Amino acid sequence: MGRTMLTKRIIPCLDVRDKKVTKGVKFQNNVVLGDAVALASRYYEEGCDELVFYDITASAERRPIDIEMVREVARAIHIPFAVGGGISNLEDMSRVLLAGAEKISVNSLAVLDPRIIAEGSRAFGAQCIVLGMDPVRAEDPVRFPSGYEITIRGFRERTGLDALEWAKRAEGLGAGEIVVNSVDADGTRGGYEIRLTRLIAENVRIPVVASGGAGNPAHLAAAFREGKADAAIIAGMIHTGEYTIPAIKEELAAAGIPIRRTW
Amino acid sequence: MIAIVDYKAGNLTSVRLAFEALGIPARVTDRSADILAADRVVFPGVGAAGSAMRNLSELDLAGALREVVRRGTPFLGICLGTQIILGRSEEDGGVETIGLIPGAVRLFRPESPVDKVPQIGWNAVRLRRKHPVFAGIEDGSEFYFVHSYYPCPDNAPDVVGVTDYAGVEFASVIGRGNLVATQFHPEKSGRIGLRIFRNFSEWDGRC
Repeated sequence: MGRTMLTKRIIPCLDVRDKKVTKGVKFQNNVVLGDAVALASRYYEEGCDELVFYDITASAERRPIDIEMVREVARAIHIPFAVGGGISNLEDMSRVLLAGAEKISVNSLAVLDPRIIAEGSRAFGAQCIVLGMDPVRAEDPVRFPSGYEITIRGFRERTGLDALEWAKRAEGLGAGEIVVNSVDADGTRGGYEIRLTRLIAENVRIPVVASGGAGNPAHLAAAFREGKADAAIIAGMIHTGEYTIPAIKEELAAAGIPIRRTW
Repeated sequence: MIAIVDYKAGNLTSVRLAFEALGIPARVTDRSADILAADRVVFPGVGAAGSAMRNLSELDLAGALREVVRRGTPFLGICLGTQIILGRSEEDGGVETIGLIPGAVRLFRPESPVDKVPQIGWNAVRLRRKHPVFAGIEDGSEFYFVHSYYPCPDNAPDVVGVTDYAGVEFASVIGRGNLVATQFHPEKSGRIGLRIFRNFSEWDGRC
């Protein structure tokens, strides 16, 4: 065989509420899709490269993350997974990592208190700290040169932060990876927000993950090729059963995208 | 019993859970006596070479590690554990490391901005030679990597498998006698990674 290549990661996202996976559009109209650990195990067997769990109700209800669920997932799957939502300090991060998660995703918390990125990175290593961001289109080129403003608390609040500025700042603070989750594209299944993904990917030296809007394998190919993403998050397109992970991988491999083929 | 060496270099939960999932008895320990008494030794690690060497010295574990390797106990290094069994590292301004295998550890210095450092994700391993720990694993299989530095053994026979990243071909698997070491994380590499642990648990240390 010839030279080896770092492959593009495909990451199913599970929005979890009381150990059940839900899916909605723009954080609204959530429907229950099934047991979180069972679904994670299935995607693991089907060859997903990583998983991400958002404990979606944790922040709103001001309760800590469901650590027992993290433990169950860690016993069931032996690939990296990230956990987000309900994390408010280093102690929470430590509990989640010791339960078996590989990464912590911080989003609203990092905006409200950016020191958590630096502290988490120092305590556990940059590779454990993922900055999740929810940018929304903003038509004010002076305040938002990237064309996008960061929102927090499940898209409910605007922050006045420019998306690219925030990405660079988070990198400087020690984030190991950035998930760019487009508010406008989220749940629409009409394709990722390519322009912003690329803008961030070309301006930071850490991996960038495209998120929000995946509806078919061509959307992933575009995120990797035009968006310069290192990984892509998928949700609805596999949760509904319309696509399977092997089918997505087969199509991406046929399109010449480097993909993990053995599992 | 397998001893999983804990020298405060990262989180050992996933290594422990991988052996647990296979039903293979393994115990996390930071004591020389446990390492010396073990049938097999797993030497993992995530983090920086400098603090790892300081922790090893505080816990006084390097002697026990040298002894088990010398007497033929099957020994598996993982990630930072693999890097510090070589002789020296460029990390933290240059660090003398354990030196079980002659060689050095170097930083990725990519010319292309597309190649991010650390390398995070799944890359393939091309096997240079057969090894019992890779029995039943297809050549070119992918494994999960997270690292900014890469191992460079001095002697070609110590290289079991190679991987390309950021313009270099590096030794992603090192082996000499009863010692085998991977730059990737078997415990995070799915079914194929677990197969490596299973093979290791059945290996007598001979090649």
